[in-house]
Amino acid sequence: MNHRRSLIGTLLAAALMAAGCTGSGGTSKGADAKAPDDPSKVSGTIKVLTHRTDIVQDGTMQKYADEFNKTYPKVKVEFEAITGYEAEVKIRMNTENYGDVLMIPAVIKKNDYPKFFASLGTEAERREKYRFTDYTAVDGKVYGQTTNGVMPGFVYNKKVWREAGVTDWPTTPAEFLTALKAIKSRTDAVPYYTNFKDMWPLTSWTSVNGSVHCDTRATTRLTEGDPWAEGADLRVGDRLLYDIVNQGLAEKDPTTTNWEASKPRLAKGEIGTMWLGTWAIIQFRQAAEKAGSDPDDIGFMPFPTQVDGEFCATAAPDYNQAVNVHSPHKEAARAWIDWFTEKSTYVADNLAMSPLRDAPLPDVLKAYEDAGVKLIEVDDSEGALVKEIDNASEVGIYAPDYRQDLVDLARGAKDGDVDDFLSGLGRRWTEAEEALGS
Amino acid sequence: MTHTTRTEKAARSPAAAPPQDAGTSRPPRKVRVWRRVTPWLFLAAPLALLVTFTYAPVANMVAYSFTDWDGVSPELHYTGVENYVDIFTRAELFQVFLVSGYYLAASVVQIGLALYFATILSFNVRFRNFFKGVLFFPYLINGVAIGFVFLYFFQDGGTLDSLLSLFGHDSDRAWLGTSTSANVSLAGVSVWRYMGLNFVLFLGAIQSIPGELYEAAELDGANRWQQFRYIIAPGIRPVIGLTVILSISGSLAVFEIPYIMTGGATGTETFVIQTVKLAFQFNKTGLASAAAVVLLLIILAVTWVQRRLVPDDKVDLV
Repeated sequence: MNHRRSLIGTLLAAALMAAGCTGSGGTSKGADAKAPDDPSKVSGTIKVLTHRTDIVQDGTMQKYADEFNKTYPKVKVEFEAITGYEAEVKIRMNTENYGDVLMIPAVIKKNDYPKFFASLGTEAERREKYRFTDYTAVDGKVYGQTTNGVMPGFVYNKKVWREAGVTDWPTTPAEFLTALKAIKSRTDAVPYYTNFKDMWPLTSWTSVNGSVHCDTRATTRLTEGDPWAEGADLRVGDRLLYDIVNQGLAEKDPTTTNWEASKPRLAKGEIGTMWLGTWAIIQFRQAAEKAGSDPDDIGFMPFPTQVDGEFCATAAPDYNQAVNVHSPHKEAARAWIDWFTEKSTYVADNLAMSPLRDAPLPDVLKAYEDAGVKLIEVDDSEGALVKEIDNASEVGIYAPDYRQDLVDLARGAKDGDVDDFLSGLGRRWTEAEEALGS
Repeated sequence: MTHTTRTEKAARSPAAAPPQDAGTSRPPRKVRVWRRVTPWLFLAAPLALLVTFTYAPVANMVAYSFTDWDGVSPELHYTGVENYVDIFTRAELFQVFLVSGYYLAASVVQIGLALYFATILSFNVRFRNFFKGVLFFPYLINGVAIGFVFLYFFQDGGTLDSLLSLFGHDSDRAWLGTSTSANVSLAGVSVWRYMGLNFVLFLGAIQSIPGELYEAAELDGANRWQQFRYIIAPGIRPVIGLTVILSISGSLAVFEIPYIMTGGATGTETFVIQTVKLAFQFNKTGLASAAAVVLLLIILAVTWVQRRLVPDDKVDLV
């Protein structure tokens, strides 16, 4: 008996000790990753963690690395493509072993950046050259560099819209609904596709924030009041989504949608419209080529609201690359990030928006220039607080759940009133705001 | 019975060996040490695995449930029982247990079907082994794969719809479209998947019933139903009891199938899905750990109540 008790005691002690070691990945705080002075002298093997499994597999990434080696011959770049990037890297970040260069996962709190990443320089110095520096800036130092900028908007099939007799971009949500109705009555296409089952496309509706009122302080405003108050950005966006589904303008059975299959369907004109972002254009063009239809039929339009007769589009960074604070080759890692941002053809290859201030807009956005769409960058200094309120309230503006509920409500799969639902969200949000003392 | 006596004798024999020396009646020290250590050496590997992969994580989880950890930050604060207070003061967190009702109802169907097939196939039926294979096969498929397969199955114009239209029934139904329909569909998938396991458990138990009993029953003129009622059912009672416990705890902790097929949308969210979302979507690892502990306690409690209501009697057929 005595024997057994002591054994159990040992096991328990061991288990508790294991419980004690949570990911306190060292205390090295505030390292810098300085840009190397002489490219030929930097050396080391660096590992780059990336979510772009597709371009690692097809060798595009290796081509970038080969090109990089022409300037930095002694640096060896290895890639690790991770499906389910967010979840996996989050767990790995409890250790020190999370690559030398990685994309900053969304879950990392901004204030923790200095504990995980090496600084790339001061914000004052970097913002001259790059866009979106405030998204990763903590106490005046920048910890990440985005690979490209993205703008939210509707990807649509121009042919379908033309056939429905709509040639000008709608300027109000009501006009937008009328256009979708015309598509429904005059073509065979599904006017709007929610991608309900794949969930993340629904989360992109949060990025209407800012474009509705053309407001650079839109993110800060989320911390100051009810984002679902009458006329507020998120309310306008969510209401439009509700109306689309409620008026039967979306696919028949949202619960079994399929993202991969939806791309060729839009390209072929079986689907009219989807709310996504500039990042998606290239994928739809490729899908069009594969399906044998014209890639130029893929169009892109801003959210249907105008301020002073102008459309407004917000630009935000995609994933930010950062240097692991524990990396032994910080110079080489920094060299990769700088080279990738400035010299690589990544942005051009993806028809994306360059993070460099002086770079021109990509060709696919020429329609935006012609239509005089105003581009704004939403200030992200309160971004961390928004995330905190979001988590505390469990509303999840970066998660699909409440919009799935909204769609269910709209198609009658769930009982309730949309106004009650949206004001319920607002109530939870403002309660969390108060609890956090903002 | 014969088996046990033999081992007892075997175990006693070394001790009963004649003493070599008048002074030391016990085997030498080295032998004694080895004798004591040997079982632990055999146990070392499984115990190490068990502790590392089961008990340590559970202890870890219990420890997290008293903190506000977000799952990644190097800092965490001890918050006492705050997480537990939070869970028990938020009624909506327990509403998801209503969804378990669908799975509970489904497991009644599942046990019934499994019992039915196990009984039938325990008699001499043509293609017996083939049917056994067919029934058990779904259990061997990975749950994630099943989720994807059935997603196509329930799709608009998918397998189920085309199958029904073959029989002239044109359903225009969104199988996962409404909360009730979705939960029933998902529970159906779960029946399809787990019936094989129950079936095999029952079949094994039925086959361990001695054949003479059936012969005797047949001589007495008992029909198949009477054989089931008075021989099989009482004979496999412990296995049925075990299956019921497994089904109840399984229904409370459903995860894979709804998570993959609907992600908890349209009122199909279960307690485990909700916990996962708390942990990984809202980064409340502390609260989610507390929820997991609560689920563990609930399952233990249900099992305890069930054992009290239906005590595990000894089976005595003869």
